[in-house]
Amino acid sequence: MSAREWVFRHPRYVRYMVREFSCLFIAGWTVLMVWGLKQLAEGPAAWAAFLELLRTPASIVFQVATLAFAAYHSITWFNLTPKALPLQVGESFVPGWVVAGAHFAGWAIVSALMLVLAL
Amino acid sequence: MAKSNKPIVWGPFAAGGTLTAFLTPILVLLTLLQPSGLSYESMHALASHWAGKVLFVVVIFLSLWSAAHRMRITAYDLGLRADAFVAALVYLAALGCTGAAIYYLLRI
Repeated sequence: MSAREWVFRHPRYVRYMVREFSCLFIAGWTVLMVWGLKQLAEGPAAWAAFLELLRTPASIVFQVATLAFAAYHSITWFNLTPKALPLQVGESFVPGWVVAGAHFAGWAIVSALMLVLAL
Repeated sequence: MAKSNKPIVWGPFAAGGTLTAFLTPILVLLTLLQPSGLSYESMHALASHWAGKVLFVVVIFLSLWSAAHRMRITAYDLGLRADAFVAALVYLAALGCTGAAIYYLLRI
């Protein structure tokens, strides 16, 4: 068996790899934003060209894929929070769904806030 | 106690993982929709303010660092055993891109 075949031995491993590959899209998109800063520094015409670039079919496909992978990263990250941040009150632990739920609620609030600020 | 650089590498990974979980989906949605907040005037005003510059650098550095750390671990999982080389490559790339972002921000 080759070093890479283990990934396909179980759906759980495939999901793990999908999550890990989200970083390629997040990194690529962030580098694209650094390019945006360069264009912003060069003036209004360069910035307009950058927004134009973001509207080309290829970059729309890339951004939609990034959005999907980034959302998958968010969901897996927040689902892990009860394990990463077990919250104890008195003698007992706060149920895991409360810890994860609070993070999902925070995610919704942050996203709504950003959307309102940008409109 | 044995010295380890693990916390230095892992700390920004955890911080970046949390930051990207909260922020990246909505930011990508915004670059797709291009609302008025993405106009030259708004973006230039944001990037001109020192607080805006700090915000850009923090988001860019933590996003790139956590992605770099994941790439390193994934490369190892996929059978690439040259960990020191991969680590140097991905972390330096993250630092280099952050350096470029700082350079451009200082020109705005």
